Amino acid sequence: MQSDIKRLSLILLFAPFALWLLLLIILPHIGIVALSLREKVAPRVYEFGFGNYIDFIQEPIYWNTLLRTGSMSILVTILALLIGFPIAYYIAKIAGKRSRGALFLLCLIPLWVSDLIRAFGWILLLRETGVVSSFLQDIGLISQPIEFLYNDITVIIGLVYTVILFMIVPLVSTLDGMGDDMIEAGYNLGGSGFTVLRKIILPYAMPGIVSGCIVVFMMTAGSYLTPILLGGKNSSWFTEQIYDQFITRFNWESGAAFGFLLLAFTSLVVWLGLKLTGQTLANTVAKS
Amino acid sequence: MIKTLKTTGLIAALMLGTASVGSAETLRLLTWGSYAPEELIQKFEERYPDIEVEVTFSNNEEMIAKLRATGGAGFDLAQPSHDRIYSAQMEYDIYKPMDLSKINTEAMSESLLNGVKANTTIDGEVYAVPHQWGTSGLMKNKALAPDVNGWDDLCDPAYQGKTSMRLKRTILLGTAFAMGKDPFAAYSDLDEYQKILDEVAEKLIECKSNIKAYWKGGDDLSAMMLSGEIVASETWDSTAYKLFAQNPDIVFVPPETGALAWIDTFALPRKGKADDAAYKWINFVLEPENVTIMSNSTGAIASVKGAKDLLPEDKKAAVNAAFTDADIDNLKFFANIPPGVEDMEGKTLEKIKAATGSE
Repeated sequence: MQSDIKRLSLILLFAPFALWLLLLIILPHIGIVALSLREKVAPRVYEFGFGNYIDFIQEPIYWNTLLRTGSMSILVTILALLIGFPIAYYIAKIAGKRSRGALFLLCLIPLWVSDLIRAFGWILLLRETGVVSSFLQDIGLISQPIEFLYNDITVIIGLVYTVILFMIVPLVSTLDGMGDDMIEAGYNLGGSGFTVLRKIILPYAMPGIVSGCIVVFMMTAGSYLTPILLGGKNSSWFTEQIYDQFITRFNWESGAAFGFLLLAFTSLVVWLGLKLTGQTLANTVAKS
Repeated sequence: MIKTLKTTGLIAALMLGTASVGSAETLRLLTWGSYAPEELIQKFEERYPDIEVEVTFSNNEEMIAKLRATGGAGFDLAQPSHDRIYSAQMEYDIYKPMDLSKINTEAMSESLLNGVKANTTIDGEVYAVPHQWGTSGLMKNKALAPDVNGWDDLCDPAYQGKTSMRLKRTILLGTAFAMGKDPFAAYSDLDEYQKILDEVAEKLIECKSNIKAYWKGGDDLSAMMLSGEIVASETWDSTAYKLFAQNPDIVFVPPETGALAWIDTFALPRKGKADDAAYKWINFVLEPENVTIMSNSTGAIASVKGAKDLLPEDKKAAVNAAFTDADIDNLKFFANIPPGVEDMEGKTLEKIKAATGSE
């Protein structure tokens, strides 16, 4: 009797999560895979086949775009880590108890407006007739207006700005748990600042670093608005390719194949990253 | 007390629920950004108090994608362009035939009505009637780029880094015309069309270094043009007319080879539930005073008789500054897109976007 109730409550507690997983994640993905294995032979006639995947392999434009998206996303992840780590360390270890909350809030504020508004903010700042260019002209540093917009560097700046919070949050929560005594012990034993960072702080923060990197990489590779709005005439992003297939070319089958390939590719990169750094999901993300 | 509050809440919720199911009919309109001005909706709802208008803004491609996803359900009236009816219907079966006897076709411009009918008749049934028409062409700042007259002038090195275009099918077709080809005639022979597309791609890739950026929507185009960051661009005429009101130096230029003309239509989605309300809306916006309100919002010209006189004054001035009668005669109406062409054009656009050689 008692165990029945226990089991029932367990099932009830688990049900929403299981339903969410099944209805919103597993089923749609099965649908996408099924769609991607259809080939159009004539109007309203479809056949089973791998044509959409073969198209992807045969067309260099497609996999070049995917590789480009992947490598730029890795760059964004690294930059976000390099910039985010000192910020997180300051918030968690150096800042006083009272200012900690305020600093955390400051990092959160940009998230209160949507991606779109943030991208437009960058456009206003960086365009040829924008704030930065006019300011540099006013103080006499440059004589001609400069276009900062519409290139890959702008895309990377915009993306780092958008995702950096997702790096900072897990880092702060992991670093928060580390006792100051560990760092002091490191110095007491004669370690230099660099040794302490390398031997004590980084290993301790690893769960936060790994989960932050995974989230940031996935978000970047799957982002759409920022690369589209800030990118120039040569900047292709793989999500744009998927959108084009679905919407402007009415080719849902190959769009679905591309979507699935993006998922497979990003998963592969994450797996490779874990292997290369000798981490596993179990002792990093699950811990943080 | 709490109990009574709960009951009233329940009753209110029930009433709200039945209200939306029962008496009032909803007209779900799937249309372009400026094609359902608030003023007209209010006027319409005053005249037909039992109809509620719900508007979703979209564009050609997204309209078809939305209707395709549901097999034509979810909306009662859609407004794709005239070249987006035939092949979409053949491929995805998303529209239903229209009953022309319920529409005041008398008020419509005969040539436009017949043109749309010819383009959208399948098995003797008509699937669309015209609503607004306009053109795609060029826009220039007269003071800064006096010599822009044809599509290929966007690639003129004199305007290095100061021109723009949208990387969509319009510029492919325009460039083909500028090269002396007739892409619409080649639709019947797709091998020939592929050859034209290859030449166009080569030309546009070469042109890439001359372009500042590809614009993506009316807003970024307007910002670049008004700030003077670009001096000429491919454009919709309505965008150019809006800018003309802010800077009379910015004019729409019908290219020498002819502006490309589109007609936005009314079409009934296959599983629409409020056909009568849809017909009422169509007839309502055909009334002369409503035509003026609509054109004021869309910046395009209505497909009714004497439409030019019904334009608001500022738009009339902009149209007169742009078009002569000869330009009107020279219009090239977008031809029906046969199956397969979207894919060919899409591949060409990808090739141009991906090319970096000319940087």
